[in-house]
Amino acid sequence: MSRSNDPPILEWTREGDCPVLVVSGTWNRTGPVCEIRGEAPDQPPARYRCDDLGEFDSTLPATMLALIRQTTGGAAAGRPKPESKSKPDPDEDAAGVTLDGLPDDLRGLMELALGVAERSDAKSPVARRRSLGQFLGQTSQRVGAALLGVIEFVGLSVQSLGRLLVGRARFRRADLWLTIQECGVQALPIVSLISFLIGVILAFVGGYQLAGFGAEIFVADLVGIAMVREMGVVMTGIIMSGRTGAAFAAHIGSMKANEEIDALRTFGLNPFDFLVLPRLLALVLMMPLLTVYANLVGILGGMLVGVASGIPAVLYWQQTLTAIDLTTASLGVFKSVFFGAAIAICGCMQGMKAASSSAGVGQATTRAVVASITMVIVLDSAFAAIFTVLDI
Amino acid sequence: MTRPSATPDKTKSRPAGTAAPARISVRGLTMAYGSFVVMKDLEFDIAERDIFVIMGGSGCGKSTLLRHLIGLHEPAAGEVFFDGENFTATPPDRREKFIRRFGVMYQSGALWSSLTLAENVGLPLEEFTTLNARQRRELVNYKLALVGLSGYEDYYPSQVSGGMNKRAGIARAMAMDPDILFLDEPGAGLDPLSSRRLDDLILRLRDSLGSTVVIVTHELASIFAIATNAVFLDTDTRRQGAVGPPDELRQRADNPAVRLFLNRGEEVPSD
Repeated sequence: MSRSNDPPILEWTREGDCPVLVVSGTWNRTGPVCEIRGEAPDQPPARYRCDDLGEFDSTLPATMLALIRQTTGGAAAGRPKPESKSKPDPDEDAAGVTLDGLPDDLRGLMELALGVAERSDAKSPVARRRSLGQFLGQTSQRVGAALLGVIEFVGLSVQSLGRLLVGRARFRRADLWLTIQECGVQALPIVSLISFLIGVILAFVGGYQLAGFGAEIFVADLVGIAMVREMGVVMTGIIMSGRTGAAFAAHIGSMKANEEIDALRTFGLNPFDFLVLPRLLALVLMMPLLTVYANLVGILGGMLVGVASGIPAVLYWQQTLTAIDLTTASLGVFKSVFFGAAIAICGCMQGMKAASSSAGVGQATTRAVVASITMVIVLDSAFAAIFTVLDI
Repeated sequence: MTRPSATPDKTKSRPAGTAAPARISVRGLTMAYGSFVVMKDLEFDIAERDIFVIMGGSGCGKSTLLRHLIGLHEPAAGEVFFDGENFTATPPDRREKFIRRFGVMYQSGALWSSLTLAENVGLPLEEFTTLNARQRRELVNYKLALVGLSGYEDYYPSQVSGGMNKRAGIARAMAMDPDILFLDEPGAGLDPLSSRRLDDLILRLRDSLGSTVVIVTHELASIFAIATNAVFLDTDTRRQGAVGPPDELRQRADNPAVRLFLNRGEEVPSD
């Protein structure tokens, strides 16, 4: 028997024509790395000699398994265990490899490890190296498919709205009210804070520049027009993308992972009507209200800075009213309806497309936020171009 | 693991009265969620190399008991000992020496979904050992081979079946060669053949590795096939119904609820 600190060694020898593996030493995860001596044959060992084998942990069977797989060319490492036989016969060679000469406990472990054939055909999901042509082709295919997916999703959402108009959309009214509350009232604190600060920043920066011309009073025009045309609606859009769009994606994504969406389908409930429609309606209804609110709070922030720098509040307010006519004031609110729809569609679509795992839900949420913020900015640029052409 | 000193005992049942050292002792354990008491006054021992089953009806607190044994829940009263050392009295930040000896498989596998099966099994080895990449890969391949998942190393948990997730969960539980394996409902949701193979796997692992196995299950076939000892949790009295080898309990348990449970609702007169 070996001493407790003998190094772990595997040594190939031959007895006649047969390769023999001599296993010796103490095998411990925290001990020295094993040494393999002798030239490895091209066939598995015909028998083992374990006279000098001391204590061992999993590192011994793990190394032996790797060695046996090497000698049998990896794929041939096992013979499938017959289905009907739950326990392999100990006298029979496990996996077509003899285990003669191994102590009982080690033999039991090796029989288990070799008991089920390695599925060499299963080793495919790792991405292979691609050529530039393949990469470009596959990327364009993916982008094309993603665009088609967006168009399909928008189409299905419109169909769902159509069913709502003719009174055939099935969803829980309570869900709609709950979503309205979540993306309306509950968003007020963060919208207030951000819009107020945006108003303050605009007034500070603008006021400083205008003071050079002795035109401080026009800070009211600057803050008012910037808020109602652009900043109010864009900031609200970005806040709602991060807050509500992400929540939609995470909620629907985890429902998908839990097969809750399949459960809706098997009851004949359309997941679009049941999940997407209330969220789309809620956000389309709430975004204009939040935008009006954000505009007012932003103007208030600007007014505070104006008053602090010596402009009377009444004068500031009147200057604001002169600067903003009804058309200007309604531009942001008009855009907000489209932003709301875009955010809801991005959030819900990513949730519906999420992979069925917790990592998939995380990825869907990230994609939803990125897509909705991008859509808000892209739509805003498109509106800017249209309004310029229309001269409004 | 260390090489078992004695020849492995291939028979599943331990003779009554054999005094094996208690690996886990539960003393006066009361489990509660706030003021709601789930079970009280649990008292039993789990011997070394036992396959110990925690059984009882649905919702009786089997998984809760398992979570108490591994320290995920603190008992409302009572203590858990491992090899005579008080686990409950040890502050959570000093339980590492106990926790290193556990391997736990959760009900749904609980594999980390962003890692492949090999990475799932390899993560503890990477974090807690000084093994090099080749040694780790060999160990991971071996552990997955033990549960019949050779070739699936690079698959993600979402790409393989529920049964394979469970087996990978067992491979991960065995990653650090634990003395004690805790398995939460290993056979639930598996077909009879897979369930049987899993039972065999557990038996052979116990025989070859010399581990102690604690299993939560209510599947009678599994209980009679592999358990050497068991505790029955009685939902009605909120106390343990009986402790002993399941074959004996089926015939001779004093508590009729235990006999009913083990005979699928058919009353067998007590001897």
